Amino acid sequence: MISLESISDKVKNGLRITEGEALFLFESKDLLGVGELASLVNERKNGNRVFFNVNRHINYTNICVKRCAFCAFSRKADEEGAYTLDLTEIKRRAVEAVQQGATELHIVGGLHPDLPFDFYLEMLRVAQSVSASLHIKAFTAVEIDYLASLAGLSAGGVLRSLRDAGLGSLPGGGAEIFSGRIREQLCPDKISGQRWLDIMEEAHGIGLRSNATMLYGHLESFDDRVDHLRRLRDLQDRTHGFQAFVPLAFQPENTRMQLDRQAGTTGVDDLKTMAVARLYLDNFEHVKAYWVMLGEKTAQVALAFGVNDLDGTVIEEKIGHDAGAVSPQFLCREDILRLIRKAGRMPVERDTLYRPLRVY
Amino acid sequence: METIREKIEAGEAISRPEALYLLADADLLAVARLADGIRCRLHPESYVTFVVDRNVNYTNICESRCKFCAFYRDVAASDAFVLTEEEIFSKIAELSDQGGTQLLMQGGLHPALDIEFFEHLFRGIKRRFPHIRNHSLSPAEVTHIAGLSGLTVRETLSRLKAAGLDSIPGGGAEILVDAVRKEISPNKIGWKEWAGVMREAARLSLPTTATMMFGCREKPEDIVEHLFRIRELQADGGSFTAFIPWTYQPGNTELGGETATGAEYLKVLALSRIVLDNIANIQASWVTQGAKMAQIALFFGANDLGGTMLEENVVAAAGCSFRIDREEILHLIRNAGFRPVQRSTLYDIVKFY
Repeated sequence: MISLESISDKVKNGLRITEGEALFLFESKDLLGVGELASLVNERKNGNRVFFNVNRHINYTNICVKRCAFCAFSRKADEEGAYTLDLTEIKRRAVEAVQQGATELHIVGGLHPDLPFDFYLEMLRVAQSVSASLHIKAFTAVEIDYLASLAGLSAGGVLRSLRDAGLGSLPGGGAEIFSGRIREQLCPDKISGQRWLDIMEEAHGIGLRSNATMLYGHLESFDDRVDHLRRLRDLQDRTHGFQAFVPLAFQPENTRMQLDRQAGTTGVDDLKTMAVARLYLDNFEHVKAYWVMLGEKTAQVALAFGVNDLDGTVIEEKIGHDAGAVSPQFLCREDILRLIRKAGRMPVERDTLYRPLRVY
Repeated sequence: METIREKIEAGEAISRPEALYLLADADLLAVARLADGIRCRLHPESYVTFVVDRNVNYTNICESRCKFCAFYRDVAASDAFVLTEEEIFSKIAELSDQGGTQLLMQGGLHPALDIEFFEHLFRGIKRRFPHIRNHSLSPAEVTHIAGLSGLTVRETLSRLKAAGLDSIPGGGAEILVDAVRKEISPNKIGWKEWAGVMREAARLSLPTTATMMFGCREKPEDIVEHLFRIRELQADGGSFTAFIPWTYQPGNTELGGETATGAEYLKVLALSRIVLDNIANIQASWVTQGAKMAQIALFFGANDLGGTMLEENVVAAAGCSFRIDREEILHLIRNAGFRPVQRSTLYDIVKFY
């Protein structure tokens, strides 16, 4: 018989919880109880420290050959509002980012029908040329898969070429929910959950670290969430290449999904999801609250529910905002420091690979 | 923490230093646990209530000119207004058509609107809408009307009650510490006058509520003092049905600065539930916190989501304009594991969902 008590005993003894126990936690009405356990685990791993980084997002194009139902960002090439940044503009933004103290570029975009593979390599070289110490975190597994077919290479081949051109690590996007049944409705044209995992395994195998995301709050059940977490934990056991788990709260506005009007996540669901992730993913070092999707208030409160990373200052985020996210376009360093301090924690600026740069 | 927990579990009141410790030093979830325990004791049926209401602001002309306020205007301002009785009646008719039960009417301290204006208005409202509760006029307005009309507070409240006023909202409390009030609202009544109006209201059997606006210039000690002053007023024959803490919104105000963070809001909310265990209900403020935080607040001591607020102008003027409707309130409550119940102004059950 599973109970919060029995789970608590396991967690306190450093034992792994099962999928059934993760499901029990998702279904529990004891939000504070789940939060207390997650907080205990987080404190063991991270003490009082909360990480953030200073980064800039560059979405190089919104033109995409796919039409995921949940996405409000993508455009067809001839559609109003379609854009592609050229290398000069990308360089300009990279220079500006470095001047503003960014240590990371987060570069992702649509699956563009015409850009040659060389464009991607050149984009990395141009960005890296701005500063040798700038870390370039770029391309989700979905983009890697697309580039492989574009270049006629294997995913491993693409990853090696990109790495040699300056790619430092991969973000965790495109994972959505691994369940095939949900993917069929959510993003039928997108790579399968298994393919996403395989590409991450390849990346980890050649020394590239990555993050992992989960898009939740749309059509999926708690079972689907647990299945998603299980597959991540299994892969992490093999590679130890994931750095942070980043749950993404679905933003329903401006998307093509026909959902009932209460779609989207609630605050309780957000906190519980982060807490369960912290408890189940015992082999992940970091759980990140992505304030762009959650809003600053919920993201800050999540620091008491197992979260140890508030992401970056994120200059110019477009994807979440196109879907109706009401958070600001960016937070400056002072804003992030205030959120962390007012939660009674110690802010630590990190680089992309979670090396502390400065303790505040 | 242990001694505080024991006191609370024994149903004893905590002291000011203990409250300050909870606010300034204790772990957020530990404080939430204590607050949640008190909520469960006072509301064991696991209902979360809300009222269908409308905030009507009869004027934005105000002599008080509080530095934290973005709503007030001078008489000569191009966007200054006083609503006509017809405009007010048509707003109440809309509220009534949507199944609303509560009118919350507040406005600025207008230089010319005296007791006769309100008596006429309230009689007109009661005659046309006998089923709507008139929950109106904060203590600052009552005091202002009394002064303009050459009446005592008691006389003013008696006459307003006779004209149809049903209960008094607790707005304008801000922080009930005069050093803070001098800084943020130097022209507004002091804490003793605020308390005095609420005492008189209770003596006249008018139900009241109490609020607190924090995250502005106050220190943690001031928040604690505010809560204890409310607690003591209630213990001394007060008629508070609910306490509503909410956060200063800096947009378009003279004071400017930042609003309190989410964790600070929840901490103060939980502390309110703990200190004010002699007031039945604690409201979450979706108006200032948004839907996500208001739902989370149900685990930090709140048992009520306030009103659906068909109309809200004062917080919106400060650039904070969350909107929420009945369907969303029902969803938030159910999703948090509670049963939604529509209530009256006095917390009687209107409808189970």
